[in-house]
Amino acid sequence: MTAQESNAAGTTAGTTRPTPVTGIGRVLIAVYGLLALAATGRSFVQIVSKFAEAPLSYSLSALAAVVYIVATVALIRSGGRWRRVAWITIGFELAGVLVVGTLSLLDPALFPHDSVWSLYGRGYLFIPLVLPVLGMWWLSRSGKARA
Amino acid sequence: MIEWFMWLQLGVATLAGLLCIALGLAGRKPNDLTMGATALVELLLIMQLVGAIVAPLTGNNATGSLLEFYTYLISAILVPVAAAAWALIERSRWSTVILGVAGLGVAVMVYRMWQIWTVQGL
Repeated sequence: MTAQESNAAGTTAGTTRPTPVTGIGRVLIAVYGLLALAATGRSFVQIVSKFAEAPLSYSLSALAAVVYIVATVALIRSGGRWRRVAWITIGFELAGVLVVGTLSLLDPALFPHDSVWSLYGRGYLFIPLVLPVLGMWWLSRSGKARA
Repeated sequence: MIEWFMWLQLGVATLAGLLCIALGLAGRKPNDLTMGATALVELLLIMQLVGAIVAPLTGNNATGSLLEFYTYLISAILVPVAAAAWALIERSRWSTVILGVAGLGVAVMVYRMWQIWTVQGL
């Protein structure tokens, strides 16, 4: 798929849309991979060392980590059924960061320990808040390009 | 962790990251310079791993969670390898940008490792 795309872009260079959108998409996937790694590592540490302290926060962290991994894979494959998986996982992330972020502000006692999504992902430079939006933007752009 | 080595590593990873992002956005494919910078970041991480294993023997102990420290360190070691593998498979300018993202990611992780090592209870 990748090779075909770049061939197509190469032969029609200048006349159609340039490749940067797909290109930037690659960087997006890399950042997703990095966040998936960070979330996985963090939740691994939390669950191994202090799960009993905050089961809800740490279960959420683990769930978020799994969803980030699935989203990363779905963005890489990004065709047919995987596109739908990408939409669902990225939508889930956006909902998660908005709901958990808001709840953690309104009622801090609910999430006494950090999860990836507490305070809109502040512990991760707000990347969890920005990334799903960029992901959806990219999915819709690449969807239009293909249709 | 040894403080000056941590700052050296942080500096190298940040510079390598910025360099690769700049060259990538300028349209360069991964070359010896950008791959070399990434390799240097990786080499320093391996040295950090050796240092972290040896340091407690000399009385330089981590104040925070060792489990968390090593999770960061092992993850950080994987990042440049993954980015470089990507750059070898797909030789485009965006792979150079990704090398840069990896460098900056490592810089953040190194700083976090320093916090875990020195600042208790974070």
